[in-house]
Amino acid sequence: MSLQHFMNQAISPWMRKDGPENDIVLSTRIRLARNFKNKVFPIIADKQELSSIIEFFRENYNHQTFRDYKDLSLIAIKDLSEIQKMVLVEKHLISPYLAKSSQSGVLLSENEQVSIMLNEEDHIRMQLYFPGFQLETALKEAFLFDDWLEEDINYAFDEEKGYLTSCPTNVGTGMRASVMIHLPALVLTKRMKRMIPAVNQLGFVVRGIYGEGSEALGGMFQISNQVTLGKSEFDIVADLDSIIKKLVEQERIARERLLERSSVQLENQIFRSYGILQHARIMESSEAATRISNVRLGIDLGIIKHLDKNILNELMVLTQPGFMQSYAKTSLTANERDVLRATLIRERLSLEEG
Amino acid sequence: MQCNECHKRPATLHLTKYENGKTLEVQVCEVCAKKLGYMNQQDDTYSLHDLLSGFFNMTSPQVDMQNNHLFEQMEETECPKCHLSFREFQKIGKFGCAECYETFRGKIDRLFRRVHSGNIKHYGKIPKRQGNDLHQKKQLAQYREELKLLIDEEAFEKAAVVRDKIKELERREEGDDT
Repeated sequence: MSLQHFMNQAISPWMRKDGPENDIVLSTRIRLARNFKNKVFPIIADKQELSSIIEFFRENYNHQTFRDYKDLSLIAIKDLSEIQKMVLVEKHLISPYLAKSSQSGVLLSENEQVSIMLNEEDHIRMQLYFPGFQLETALKEAFLFDDWLEEDINYAFDEEKGYLTSCPTNVGTGMRASVMIHLPALVLTKRMKRMIPAVNQLGFVVRGIYGEGSEALGGMFQISNQVTLGKSEFDIVADLDSIIKKLVEQERIARERLLERSSVQLENQIFRSYGILQHARIMESSEAATRISNVRLGIDLGIIKHLDKNILNELMVLTQPGFMQSYAKTSLTANERDVLRATLIRERLSLEEG
Repeated sequence: MQCNECHKRPATLHLTKYENGKTLEVQVCEVCAKKLGYMNQQDDTYSLHDLLSGFFNMTSPQVDMQNNHLFEQMEETECPKCHLSFREFQKIGKFGCAECYETFRGKIDRLFRRVHSGNIKHYGKIPKRQGNDLHQKKQLAQYREELKLLIDEEAFEKAAVVRDKIKELERREEGDDT
């Protein structure tokens, strides 16, 4: 398989589209948790009950189309190889938890923008992804999709407690709204650490995508709501929207200041990273995350001109263990992965250089 | 501070180790802590279960003694649909079915308050189609109340009419179930 072809698989079609503020905000996601009213939740359900849910979706939704989400296709997790499962997890189309359960499934739209996880912790967990920063659109679309499913499904819903979920942390709206955001300048200037507690206080969670806590590698964070009860979906999304706007604004200011005050040092760091990615023969995942982030910052600031900005998203997914093993068509040791990671990055960058 | 082990990453864990009767201070990073078996590999994700079980068992021993009987009764409450007991719910931190919310109602608001910044009532989306059923549910409750009164008054003919209305509504509710 050629690298080009493989990359096409690595990046979901929706990710290739442009979105608002996408030099800083990578993607927006809305996830809704729903359950059937009259069926026990997956953690209690037996094999037969679980498979009845999968069959219900196979009969009613397999190969259906709703709006832009064409040709939904049902995949039974038990039919997948370990590497295939890992790939879906790395593309964020299924959760690690779903990958581990044998009676679970996922319904994916052709553009991979919608994924409906079946028999996760809840019967139904639909997630809709959007490129860049577009919370309002995402919520509207998620509601329409939810209404469409609800035409034929009786949801577990209570006037007082809202949508009933297996875990008490999801009850009410059942909604998790999240935004993936690249904040390298706030990390470089050590300002992110101070901003995280403020975001937490507003009932939102900040997670480093790679690495731990505030020491997020590559400056990538996911920010999502914690509270699902007592606050409407619109209010949650509006609050998240204003938090993200603030972070984007602060990141832009930090970038400008870095350029003004230490432009040589910044250029040095960016070009060093670029050079290492172009030539290294062994690349650990943590180093890759940091270097790729630096290069992406260089692209956003116009310091590196000939590279496409999608390269960050692409390389991040491409160099995950599952993807590399699926490319190599065999399982790889950690050392072998580091070598292949370096190779893939080199080849990807040389494609850009023509 | 640097990790004592790899001397590369910053030390995030400060541990006290007892070895051959000696006390040793260890400063390591998470990666090395796992490698050396100081940390459970599986256990590194934030566990709600732990939080929940801790939360429910927070009552002081003194209070426990007083309410021991009450507490035990509460623990034995079992959901009629999925047979999850309150004790099990505390352990796994998950409900077994929609009925559990009804079964354990009144016992779980404290938990909701804590998890959802003091909130216990849903504001937000109502299912578009089923939303109509909510009105139906209210109607049903009203009829049932009426029926009870009529039976108390021994107005059986009127009661029969109301009973039929209830049956009709209940049939409609079950009819469109998937």
